[in-house]
Amino acid sequence: MGDLNVKKVILEIISIVAPDADLSDVKTDVRLRDQLEMDSMDFLDIVMELRKRYKIEVPKEDYQMLASLDSCVEYLAPKFAALSPA
Amino acid sequence: MHYDAIIIGASMSGLAAGIRLAYFDKRVLILERHYAYGGLNSYYRQDGHEFDVGLHAVTNFCDPNDRSAPLSKLLRQLRLTREDFDLRPQSYSQIKFPGIALNFSNDFALLEEQVARQFPKSADNFRKFVEDLREFNDTDLSKPYASARKTLQDRLDDPLLIEMLLCPIMYYGSAEPHDMDFTQFVTMFKSLFLEGFGRPPEGVRKIIKALVKKYRAVGGQIKMKSGVAKINIDADRMRGVTLDTGETLTADNIFSSAGYVETMALCGDKAKQPPPEETGAVSFVESIAVLDTKPKELGHDATIVFFNNAKTFTYAPPKELVDLTSGVVCSPNNYQDHDRLPNGIFRVTWLASPSAWSKLSESAYKDATAQCNEHVLKTLNSYIPSGTERLVCTDMFTPRTIERYTGHRNGAVYGSPTKRRDGCTPIKNLYICGTDQGFLGIVGAMLSGITVANLHVLSKA
Repeated sequence: MGDLNVKKVILEIISIVAPDADLSDVKTDVRLRDQLEMDSMDFLDIVMELRKRYKIEVPKEDYQMLASLDSCVEYLAPKFAALSPA
Repeated sequence: MHYDAIIIGASMSGLAAGIRLAYFDKRVLILERHYAYGGLNSYYRQDGHEFDVGLHAVTNFCDPNDRSAPLSKLLRQLRLTREDFDLRPQSYSQIKFPGIALNFSNDFALLEEQVARQFPKSADNFRKFVEDLREFNDTDLSKPYASARKTLQDRLDDPLLIEMLLCPIMYYGSAEPHDMDFTQFVTMFKSLFLEGFGRPPEGVRKIIKALVKKYRAVGGQIKMKSGVAKINIDADRMRGVTLDTGETLTADNIFSSAGYVETMALCGDKAKQPPPEETGAVSFVESIAVLDTKPKELGHDATIVFFNNAKTFTYAPPKELVDLTSGVVCSPNNYQDHDRLPNGIFRVTWLASPSAWSKLSESAYKDATAQCNEHVLKTLNSYIPSGTERLVCTDMFTPRTIERYTGHRNGAVYGSPTKRRDGCTPIKNLYICGTDQGFLGIVGAMLSGITVANLHVLSKA
């Protein structure tokens, strides 16, 4: 899965976890917590949705890697790539 | 049969925990002894009239744009929408003491203005106190107990103002006579005054039905009329449950909304039983008058009135059956957009003595309930002079009714005075949720289920 698609997947998950968040202008290098008013419960849900939908595990010590869209892509792209060798 | 989690009680907290767990693909079973959903917040139909038990107001009413408010958080966590609960705001409510009243609404400015007018000397202290409350982190699960009464005495100098603020907050959530934990006070202050009251026109059934529908949609199972006779313990580990029918089920985790004392009793002699003072003793009677017209048409337009007619305000189980000196008057018609309610409803809630009610013989019980219905008519008459002429019927519930339908000892609707905020019990994999976690109100009940599911299962995997 390319970087663009990883970004799309993350935004999709955020729209499920926080349907009331405005995702029209999310900056990729700013912490999601700061621009979308997300709390620790919402972040747990991003992790849980990744597991539910893509069987991707994010251990607790790596939660910080999901801080911004850029860091999400950096951290998750290899995990998605490992899922779909094509 | 083996489950990832068994939940005792199809209560709001149990359903909320169930939704979280089932949504994330856990195998979940809710066991409910009764035939009705909701636990301490439930509903029934009698003689063609719809009644709510518990719910006067959904506190924590907030602006849809306030994403960090508890109600917004819980809707996100349960993947529900605002429309699912259909909350409509109150008109205004009132705290009424002899010769003085404070009105408040979902706009905090009203209470601030009322305090400034009625208590000019305390206005500055009140404003500063409220600013500090806004910053106070009441969701921290590890805050130690502090007396709310003492903290208020330190911060606000007028004893009457302190009593007037405590009155609605205690009535809507204190399991402790005379006082309450300051953290709980802050949670309640925010939910009552800084946020506010709302209600679905359909009543509490709207919320419960939304929870049940969601729980089933995400794959959760429920068995109604399935009481748990025993929680099976092996050393300090929970293994499963035995039902009233003798059937046994095993589970990795149990979440019980039966109450802490009640849950430990289900574990039997192998578990350390809590001391008697952990059983809640604060309970209520409520009498309900149904009218053939709206209270507003007869001049009564407040949504809720918290009243105290005595010189001092006492929040404690009375010696006699009912303490008539203070209480709560709720008129659900006086929420906005509630015109579709077919009748006028006038509910009065008073503090009651669980032990006095439990000692009554059947005939004495009948006489006592008839007397309460007389009291509701007197109260109705004092608020709405022509109200009794428009009476259709009355109904009521007592501590005995609450105990019978929910299993909560003494009919203690706010549970044990000792709260366990993280839901832990001395037994591994057995957790409590609901009122004994100390998250108050309907929004609190649902948040309690969410937090234990997150803390003890979802964030662990």
